[in-house]
Amino acid sequence: MSIGLTGPPGVGKSTLSAALVRKARALGKSVGVVSVDPSSPFSHGALLGDRIRLAEHFTDEGVFIRSMASRGHLGGVAGATADAVLLMDAFGLDVVLVETVGVGQSEIEIAELAHTTLVALQPGSGDSIQVLKAGIMEIADIFVVNKADHPMANQMRREIRAMMEMLSFTGWVPELVMTQALAGDGIDALWAAIDRHAIYLNASGEMAVRRRAAFAHQVRQLALGRLERRLDRAVCGDFAAGLDPYAAAEVVLAQFGEERGEDAVGPGPARPPRAIVKGLT
Amino acid sequence: MSRPLRIVVAKAGLDGHDRGAKVIARALRDAGMEVIYTGLFQTPEQIVQTAIQEDADGIGLSILSGAHMTLFPLVVDQLREQGADDIVFFGGGTIPADDAAELKRRGVRAIFTPGAPLQEIVDFVNRECGKRRELVG
Repeated sequence: MSIGLTGPPGVGKSTLSAALVRKARALGKSVGVVSVDPSSPFSHGALLGDRIRLAEHFTDEGVFIRSMASRGHLGGVAGATADAVLLMDAFGLDVVLVETVGVGQSEIEIAELAHTTLVALQPGSGDSIQVLKAGIMEIADIFVVNKADHPMANQMRREIRAMMEMLSFTGWVPELVMTQALAGDGIDALWAAIDRHAIYLNASGEMAVRRRAAFAHQVRQLALGRLERRLDRAVCGDFAAGLDPYAAAEVVLAQFGEERGEDAVGPGPARPPRAIVKGLT
Repeated sequence: MSRPLRIVVAKAGLDGHDRGAKVIARALRDAGMEVIYTGLFQTPEQIVQTAIQEDADGIGLSILSGAHMTLFPLVVDQLREQGADDIVFFGGGTIPADDAAELKRRGVRAIFTPGAPLQEIVDFVNRECGKRRELVG
């Protein structure tokens, strides 16, 4: 079973991770943690600090922690994260926890590689419009409002509930759990919600659907990575002197055997949403 | 393109002075390495387990508490015990020259003391951890 944990920087993802690892260990489960932090786009270096909160588990043989730098990958995880999760699963770890880069609004790749996606939010960050527009709100299997002792915690809970009341869900309806990870409050409730989601995935057959989607996603990512590097080489130097950007793009694409025709600017293929606003069919 | 070197920067024992470790961590990052920072108050076992799990090429240990003659050799022993003594182990802090010489004799690859130029440290890590990477792959 794999659990993805995402949310904005500073929301308490690492502290939540530590609390979840502690819970899993108390239940006698072995745990793998893959923790992703950003690489510098300039030096390609990275400072990986998510381990600090997990220090109590460093010498526990039932816990394996691997920090990853994103290495230019933009979806909130690293290009090799899916493989790391697969390896840990194949190795026999009972629970694999993936902590993403601190993300903003559109980094949703975690939902492609984890069975259960937790979106952690903190009170006092943005208004109800943020809650409505952000792409990461659409991938949550479980919303976790951390720092539940914050004066604005209840407002955050109301806003998420209000958003969910507007929507009709196909399948799983996301749960909402309040936590105060530092003190361990709400972690039992969070674990119970994760369990319920795992049962749902297996009972509904959605697990198989997600696995197929994850496979397709990884194929796409691997192919895209190779193409991107070829593309970077193709647009080196001043090959496009005197051309406008659209014409220059056609010159590059011609090298790849791409013919003129498809729109270069567009959203790409849509995927079926997990929820849409009530009243829309 | 080769993968960046991976370096664990660690603080051990009862020693809360981490400004030096943070400066080193940032310097190695800006030199293109992936730095895993352990946080404060680690035991030699925790540090070595971290380096193994993270597939690190090197460990840099910062000690400003005066306990260097105890903690550095414990890390060396742990690395040997775990069969991980291919990992380049270096360190720094307020360490007298005689002690530094003794620590090097006991298996610490380099000791950098206050005033050591950052470039010198980066060059050392690039050179020695680069060699280790070539050997281990």
